[in-house]
Amino acid sequence: MPVQILMPALSPTMTEGKLARWLKAEGDQVKSGDVLAEIETDKATMEFEAVEEGTLGRILVPAGTEGVAVNTPIGLLLEEGEDARALDAPQAALAPVAVGAPAPAPVPPPVVAAAPASPSVAPPPSDEPRYERTVRMTVREALRDAMAEEMRRDGKVFLMGEEVAQYQGAYKVSQGLLDEFGPKRVIDTPITEMGFTGLASGAAYAGLKPIVEFMTFNFAMQAIDHIINSSAKTLYMGGGQLPSSIVFRGPNGAAARVGAQHSQCYASWYAHCPGLKVVAPYSAADAKGLLKAAIRDPNPVIVLENELLYGQSFDVPEDPDFIVPIGKAKVERAGGRVTVVGFSRMVQLALEAANILAGEGIDVEVINLRSIRPLDMETIAASVRKTNRIVTLEEGWPFAGIGAEISARVQETCFDWLDAPVTRVTGKDVPMPYAANLERLALPQVDDIIAAVKAVCYA
Amino acid sequence: MAASRRRTKAGDSVVKTEDLVTYYKDMLLIRRFEEKAGQLYGMGLINGFCHLYIGQEAVVVGMQSTISNDRDSVITSYRDHGHMLACGMDARGVMAELTGRAGGYSKGKGGSMHMFSREKRFFGGHGIVGAQVPLGTGLAFAHKYNEDGGVCLCYLGDGAVNQGQVYESFNMSALWKLPVIYVIENNKYAMGTSVERSAANVELFRRGAAYNIPGVQVDGMDVMAVRTAGLEAVARARGGEGPSILEMKTYRYRGHSMSDPAKYRTKEEVAKMREQHDPIDQLRKKLLDDKAVTEEQLKEIDREVKAVVSEAADFAQTSPEPDPSELFTDILIEA
Repeated sequence: MPVQILMPALSPTMTEGKLARWLKAEGDQVKSGDVLAEIETDKATMEFEAVEEGTLGRILVPAGTEGVAVNTPIGLLLEEGEDARALDAPQAALAPVAVGAPAPAPVPPPVVAAAPASPSVAPPPSDEPRYERTVRMTVREALRDAMAEEMRRDGKVFLMGEEVAQYQGAYKVSQGLLDEFGPKRVIDTPITEMGFTGLASGAAYAGLKPIVEFMTFNFAMQAIDHIINSSAKTLYMGGGQLPSSIVFRGPNGAAARVGAQHSQCYASWYAHCPGLKVVAPYSAADAKGLLKAAIRDPNPVIVLENELLYGQSFDVPEDPDFIVPIGKAKVERAGGRVTVVGFSRMVQLALEAANILAGEGIDVEVINLRSIRPLDMETIAASVRKTNRIVTLEEGWPFAGIGAEISARVQETCFDWLDAPVTRVTGKDVPMPYAANLERLALPQVDDIIAAVKAVCYA
Repeated sequence: MAASRRRTKAGDSVVKTEDLVTYYKDMLLIRRFEEKAGQLYGMGLINGFCHLYIGQEAVVVGMQSTISNDRDSVITSYRDHGHMLACGMDARGVMAELTGRAGGYSKGKGGSMHMFSREKRFFGGHGIVGAQVPLGTGLAFAHKYNEDGGVCLCYLGDGAVNQGQVYESFNMSALWKLPVIYVIENNKYAMGTSVERSAANVELFRRGAAYNIPGVQVDGMDVMAVRTAGLEAVARARGGEGPSILEMKTYRYRGHSMSDPAKYRTKEEVAKMREQHDPIDQLRKKLLDDKAVTEEQLKEIDREVKAVVSEAADFAQTSPEPDPSELFTDILIEA
């Protein structure tokens, strides 16, 4: 029976990829370790090696096909002595064998996806009503375009970080920037977070506008002294003499199955500190507009991105002056019964929950915070005064989290309007576990939101 | 490229007499300023942390004589009053910051360790030991990025040299040939811990060897030796050859901070340094021996310096406290 060659997962967050090129043709002998194909993941182009021996009997997914879901059969391998007629056996009878990296759970249905897998909730239509023309792009492309546009606009802006230049970004966010701006402005650093963060902070004292990319915000813990003590406090300590226009950006929060040291939300850590602005984009429009605003801002700004959103597509206004003002939340979905407020990837879960709850007659208003600090209490309070109920949603830990802050401010400003206790949905109060089931339990899920919404509605 | 123990000595013939007199005056200003600060601290007018520079004056005066405050940059740690004065910052503004008054450089919001002057290109005043090293490396990065020909003097102590971020900075500045001079002010004690008790190798000028950063040990009590070594390192940085390390062997007469009784060293050790190596006395003797100045001229300098310090102290006591509204200013710049 021919062995199915399945589309491999070649990164922790890959759910689909492009089959860029076959290196074996039908009829070729395949030995273990031979490169079968080149596959473009969300991060890089990878070689896909065979682990089984045999003859490549049939190519099921031609070269150049995009959006091939992980675990889709892409070819059939004939074992020694097997006849080509075996290829025409009913597919259902074939034993799927992952040839490359182990397949992640849950397993998507094995179909050749012609289009990128769409998120389960349709993203909001055109983002900003005043920008008429939009273009569809991924969050990753939006971040890249934001940096490129601002670097074209201002020669003082430069990008620095690990693998941002020649490697084109550990998550391909800075793709193409080295080619356009050269090594003077797109700078690969050694693995030296405290050093390059301090260096960039010093360059900002001198009037340059650094963008510091952390491969993930987990690594910024090595550098947090410079972010807080050297950047955030200096304007105040110097009586206003020394501004720092600097952006610290990178993926924040849990990715997928990378364990405790690589899965943590820093929103509450940074939002705690006066002298910093903190933003957390959800959509590609958020990402582009907020990053451009951050680069133009004369203050230190933390941009908390999310790796799981990088590959998702949204409509983004084409206007190069499209900016999302820092400090303004966005009502993603209007509703009258309950307010759900979240940021970054949690907005997606909130929208998903809202869709399900709508089917049960519960009309949810979803607020995408966009900025954590300053916090748009005006939008939150207006919504609570309408719905009289609020559920906060975040991936981070509950203790002194963003939900705790919103809860305190809501009772200060909307006490008389509340018909139910402010309720938090947060990550569990544990270091992130690795096991798939435990990780799922540690992170907020759609069901948790639905349960919290029903609780505040006494439904 | 190798590190060397060469102790550059005074006797550099290119120095004019009037320059030597200026160095004398600059060092004396720092000495008298710090003595006054110590006095005001004792009177309860200055509070919190206050780290005096007395004894180390030759280092900053000699080094600052090698650069220009119009285009170069200076950064240091928390023992920073002398650096500010040597950068040409106003003694009144520095002293008023120590007393926490509105007339201080940071409007009273920074204190002894946190003052800046963009005009004089002095970038602090940093309270976290070692943090100024990557920051100074970043100032040098900006000089190179802007192609403005400037260099950064980045001062650090014998305590800071054991921080990891110092070596992260050495690596990047050597890798990218940044115009920075790391001036290690080795006053023998990191707070109460002697270099011998904290450094596996006490020859701190060798600390850049792994990055091929040349290091020189210098008699930091001799302003001319400091200047001679500084000129060479600054020329190297301006010429695009990258960083240098200068280990200044120096000494602080006072405790680490005002609250330090300095029981980790003997009175005799301090007395010996004061009597035999004092930077100001040494230069004074040289000026008199060379008949470059008269006793009367030196007395006139003393009077001038005292007047500046006493005016600064008056200003620092009469300047009002910051207005309560200042509590909420300078946190963010309005975009």
